[in-house]
Amino acid sequence: MKNYWKDYQKDIAEDNYFYVRSCIRQNFFPGAENLFIDILRNKLGKVVFEDADHTTCTGIGYHTDIVPLETTMTVVARQFALMKEKGYQNLVVSCVTSFGLYSEILDLWKHQPELKKKIAGYLAEATGRVFDEPGNMVHASDILYKYRNEIAAIAKYQLVNRETGEPLKIVDHIGCHYAKTFPERGVGGSEFPQVLTGLITAWGGSTVDYPERRHCCGFGFRHYMVQTNRGYSISQSKIKLESMQPYEPDLIVANCPGCAMFLDRWQYTLEETEGSVYGQNGRKIPVVTHEELAGIVLGYDPWEIGLQTHQVPVEELLDKIGIEYDPDLKYTDRQGNLIGNPEMINQQVC
Amino acid sequence: MNTLDIYTRIQADPRYTEACRSCMNCGVCTAICPAAGYYDYDPRVIVNLVREGDEETLTDMLSSDLIWYCGQCMSCKPRCPRGNIPGALIQILRAVSINTGLFVHSALGRQQLAIKRSIGHNILETGYCVHPTRVDPEMHPEQGPVWAWMSNNANRVYGRFDEGYDKSGPGLLRKISPEALGDLDRIFEVTGCKRLWKTIEDESAK
Repeated sequence: MKNYWKDYQKDIAEDNYFYVRSCIRQNFFPGAENLFIDILRNKLGKVVFEDADHTTCTGIGYHTDIVPLETTMTVVARQFALMKEKGYQNLVVSCVTSFGLYSEILDLWKHQPELKKKIAGYLAEATGRVFDEPGNMVHASDILYKYRNEIAAIAKYQLVNRETGEPLKIVDHIGCHYAKTFPERGVGGSEFPQVLTGLITAWGGSTVDYPERRHCCGFGFRHYMVQTNRGYSISQSKIKLESMQPYEPDLIVANCPGCAMFLDRWQYTLEETEGSVYGQNGRKIPVVTHEELAGIVLGYDPWEIGLQTHQVPVEELLDKIGIEYDPDLKYTDRQGNLIGNPEMINQQVC
Repeated sequence: MNTLDIYTRIQADPRYTEACRSCMNCGVCTAICPAAGYYDYDPRVIVNLVREGDEETLTDMLSSDLIWYCGQCMSCKPRCPRGNIPGALIQILRAVSINTGLFVHSALGRQQLAIKRSIGHNILETGYCVHPTRVDPEMHPEQGPVWAWMSNNANRVYGRFDEGYDKSGPGLLRKISPEALGDLDRIFEVTGCKRLWKTIEDESAK
C-alpha cells in the first residue's frame, strides 16, 4: 500500500494562482467559484488572478464529439497563453472535465512533441499568441486539500451533528475526469480517493465507504445532452444512490460540478417519477461541492454562497450542524427583495 | 470496401498509440463500464475488432449505434492491466465515423447534428458550453423547479452572487468579449472544426 500511495501524491503550488472557471459550475452552483476565490484571498491570504478573456475549454463539445482534438488543444493552448501573458505559472482549474482534458493534452504533448508544435502553429495563426505549459496544474479541490488543516484552524463549525456529537456521515464523489483519466494527477486517484476524504475528516466528519463509491454519476456527455438518451444518465446515479442508501448518509460532497448537479437533480426526478428517496427519514440527501463544504465550516451565510440553488433542500443539514440562517432571505435578490418561490412552479417531469 | 481506408484513419489519430496498446481480452473494461450495464455494449469486443483491422467490419461498426453508447467516463482507463483506454478509442472511432459520413447510418450517430447546433453554437456564440439562458426549463423538466426559477430570473439570481454577471470584466458568467469570441472563431476555422461541422450538416441533409 505504501508503494501504491506514493504514485498518487502530487505537487500543489503554494500561491500565485491563475484561476479558470467552469461552464457547469457557474451555471448550476453560481456562488461556489466566488466563494473559492474569497476563501483563498481573504481567509488564506493567497494571490488569485482571474482573466476575463478566458473561455470555455470546449470540454463538453470535445466529449460529445463535435469539437475535434486539434481544436480543443488550441483553445486550451490559448488559456495557457493568457496565463503566460499575465505572468503566472500555477494553473487552478475549477471544472473536472477541463482538468481531465488539460491533463490529457499535456500528456499527449509530452509523448508527441511534434503535436505540441503543430498546435503552437495553429494558435499563432489564429490569434498571434504564444504559450508555455503550466509550471503547476491542479484542480481547485486540490488547493482546499492542501490547506485543509489551515481551514480547520479558522473554522466556525465542524461537520458534526450538534445534538448527538457524532461526526456527520458524508459520501464523497470524486469526478471521473479528476481521478480516472490520469490517476497520478489526482490525490489518491480513483482507487484510493483521498482529496475529499481529507477535507471531510479534517473538518470533523466521517467518510462513508460504500460499494459503488467509484461509479460514474452518469453524465455521459451526449447521454445527458440529448433528451432521449437521459435514461442512461439517471440510471447511473440511481445505482450510486441505492448503493449508499443503507449507510444513511447526511450529505454527499463532489468535486465535479456535473456530478454534484446530477446527484442533486436526479434525486428530485427519482422522487417525482418513482417515489424513491435515498436519505434518512424519507428525505433526499443534500449535495454540496468542495467549495461549498469549505464555506459551510467557515461560517459563510448559506444563501450568500448559493446553497439555495440546489434542488435538494439543505436546511436539514444546516440544522444538524447548528448553522443559523434566515429562511426569508433564501430566494431574494441582491437588494433583499423576494424573487419568487421555486416550489410554487408546477413542473411536470416526463 | 477499402475506399474509406478506415483502419489507416483510426491509426493516424494522435490518441491511438495511448488508447490501443496491447489488449489481452481480459474484459475488465467491460466489467467496469457503466454503458455496458445499460446498453448491449462490450468495449472489449470493440478493441478486439479494431485490432483485427478488417475494413468491412470497421465500416459496419462505424455505421452502427455501437460506437455511440460509451459515456466517456473513462472508468476503463485505470483498471486496464495493459494501459489501454477504450474510451479514447471510442473517441477516435466517432471522429472517423463523422469525417467519413458513416455516422448518418446510425440513429444515435445522427444525434450529432442536434449536439452541434446546441453545444457547438453555444461555444462560438457565448464562449460557454452551457449558459443559463440556453438550458430551457421546458426541455429540462428533470432539472426541477429550482432550475426553472434560476433560468427564468437569471439576472436577479446570478446577479445576487456577482454584480458582474453578463457584463464585461472578470466574474461569474461574464460576457465574453468580442475579441475572445473572435479568437475562438478563428481557432475553430484554422483547426478544422468548422469543416467538421459542415460535414455534419451536409451529411445529415442527404
